[in-house]
Amino acid sequence: MAEIRVEHLRKAFGDFVAVQDSNFVVEDGEFFVMLGPSGCGKTTTLRMIAGLELPTGGKILLGGEDVTMRRARERDIAFVFQLFALYPHMNVRKNIGFPLLAQGMPGAEIRQRVEETAKLLRIDHLLNKSVSGLAGGDRQRVALGRAIVRRPKCFLMDEPLGTLDTEFRDLMVHELRELHNRIHATTVYVTHDQMEAMSMADKIAVMNHGVIEQFGSPREIYDRPATMFVADFIGSPPMNFLGFGGGLSKGAREIVVQGAKVAVPEVREDIAPADMALGIRPEHIRFDDASKLRGAVYGTEYLGTTQIVAVETADGIIKARVPAEIRLNAGDHVGLALSSARLSLFEKGSGRAVRTAIHDEASQARAQHG
Amino acid sequence: MSLTTAHSVVAPSATSKLVAGTIIVAYALISIVPLLWIFATSFKTPPDSIAYPPKIVFQPSLEGYCNLFSTRTRQTPEYINSLGPATGLCDETVRKRNMVIAGPSNFMPRFVNSLIIAFGSTFCAVFLGTLSAYGFSRFKVPLADDLLFFILSTRMMPPIAVAIPIYLMYRELGLSDTALGMILLYTAVNVSLAVWLLKGFIDEIPREYEEAAMIDGYTRLQAFWRTVLPQATTGIAATAIFCLIFAWNEYAFAALLTSGTAQTAPPFIPTIIGEGGQDWPAVAAGTTIFLVPILVFTILLRKQLLRGITFGAVRK
Repeated sequence: MAEIRVEHLRKAFGDFVAVQDSNFVVEDGEFFVMLGPSGCGKTTTLRMIAGLELPTGGKILLGGEDVTMRRARERDIAFVFQLFALYPHMNVRKNIGFPLLAQGMPGAEIRQRVEETAKLLRIDHLLNKSVSGLAGGDRQRVALGRAIVRRPKCFLMDEPLGTLDTEFRDLMVHELRELHNRIHATTVYVTHDQMEAMSMADKIAVMNHGVIEQFGSPREIYDRPATMFVADFIGSPPMNFLGFGGGLSKGAREIVVQGAKVAVPEVREDIAPADMALGIRPEHIRFDDASKLRGAVYGTEYLGTTQIVAVETADGIIKARVPAEIRLNAGDHVGLALSSARLSLFEKGSGRAVRTAIHDEASQARAQHG
Repeated sequence: MSLTTAHSVVAPSATSKLVAGTIIVAYALISIVPLLWIFATSFKTPPDSIAYPPKIVFQPSLEGYCNLFSTRTRQTPEYINSLGPATGLCDETVRKRNMVIAGPSNFMPRFVNSLIIAFGSTFCAVFLGTLSAYGFSRFKVPLADDLLFFILSTRMMPPIAVAIPIYLMYRELGLSDTALGMILLYTAVNVSLAVWLLKGFIDEIPREYEEAAMIDGYTRLQAFWRTVLPQATTGIAATAIFCLIFAWNEYAFAALLTSGTAQTAPPFIPTIIGEGGQDWPAVAAGTTIFLVPILVFTILLRKQLLRGITFGAVRK
């Protein structure tokens, strides 16, 4: 197993820049997820780590070794493809043993390793079956088997659950994480599904237009989004934005949104007057008639324990997640109270988050863990 | 949003089935009658073969086949009687016509030439076609579209249009009437078809297979050999049949460029007519035997052939 270090990685296809100046480190044994919409460059980054694409610039280090220009087969990595790429002309046993055959391992040893791997993935009863008759989840397990059988330096997975039914997908998310906990393999996992990312990752990189918008733990990414893109991409429904104008000065603890004063975490930097946005997660909004921030109920979405209420304010629709018991009708006027401690502030122009007290807590927490 | 489906969603009506069935049966009959006629003629005696009105029911004879495989000389009945008992069925048949077998005919060597040239050129065309189709399918080839169009354009001109230049070139190069020359020629004609057909098949095989193999420690060539080729067998088989049928049936160039040692069966068979009257049963026998290899090959690979014909029409 090994650490993966990516430095100033860049990839251009003609005029189109797929990945620009990516930098991140996946520590040994970490489960790292690259998350982003399609076309954001996450798969291209993965393919460069694998050696299936050569970078236009930058460096890739595997376990401290520079492998940027090495061939895929010289990197000692395993790759799980979205479509699994199981060889249809081989049975399960041969599929799993295929990487070992390349190393010229003796037949008896291949047999033993394949059987160990199959047992680990609970597919030992399928070894002599043809891969074409397998169910989605089992195909996935065979693909994983082919990856882990060689005990490579790291695993790369490109939306491996993308083609599975929801039912299998939940099961496999659980299995993948469990497998990771058992073998502690450095893993890079690419997905556009935030639920997969949040539930499996130790670290997430959120990518957009070839740029890593934020790199951090699932909690950091959810609670302290670094950009408006991240805030909007993560969460269902995503973070709400309320526009406000004017600058901010260091130490400010209050802003004015739609004529209502809103307490915010203490601002840690000076911001020149510009269009700003306040970001708040739906679950951090309560209904409070005393609040000056008001709107009319536009619609509700009942989810059992909670409900999502869309409220039309002067600045567009705001979605709040509130207990399901609250009875509301369309057109009801409500006041919105925001949990001040959980607010984020953004510069609208750059989309960048303003440094506030929530970020100190983060550094404190990190200091404590370290 | 419009749904695109490969298969007709509506089941065909009874009437359309009937009409389609009638057309297919009629077409099959029209196609098969000449073949049956040739097959029947090959078992007729020469007088039966030119009888008028034509004989549908007749006493089958192997005379056509005997004549096809042998050369004969006419002898006096006295000489024939002076010979010992007939050594075989053919000997006996021939003697009835006051002839004796002088030796084997050229049919077998010509037939073998056809086999060598057709299978040889098919192998070359499919081999080159597979490799270049793989290249065009997987790599960024500069001017790929223009190159592919150029390859296709070689097929647009009727090959016979270049017969004279090729004839002259071959004479200069010493390739006239050689099996090598014919293999090269048929390969050149077939390779365009092979590249285009195979590119379609290889495009359909996801690259992930080779990529997976290359990550798992194989070189590109090994990955191609172990993962792409096994999955391309259908396409390769279909392409091989098309190439083989062309090379096997080709008449014009064979007639022009081969006359002796490398002559193939198609230009040879008509020459049988000239030997001792119009020997239609021998010609029919030659044609019947000539059909056998392609028939066997096609029946063995009929599934792939169908897939090759309907290629692109049906989504998986």
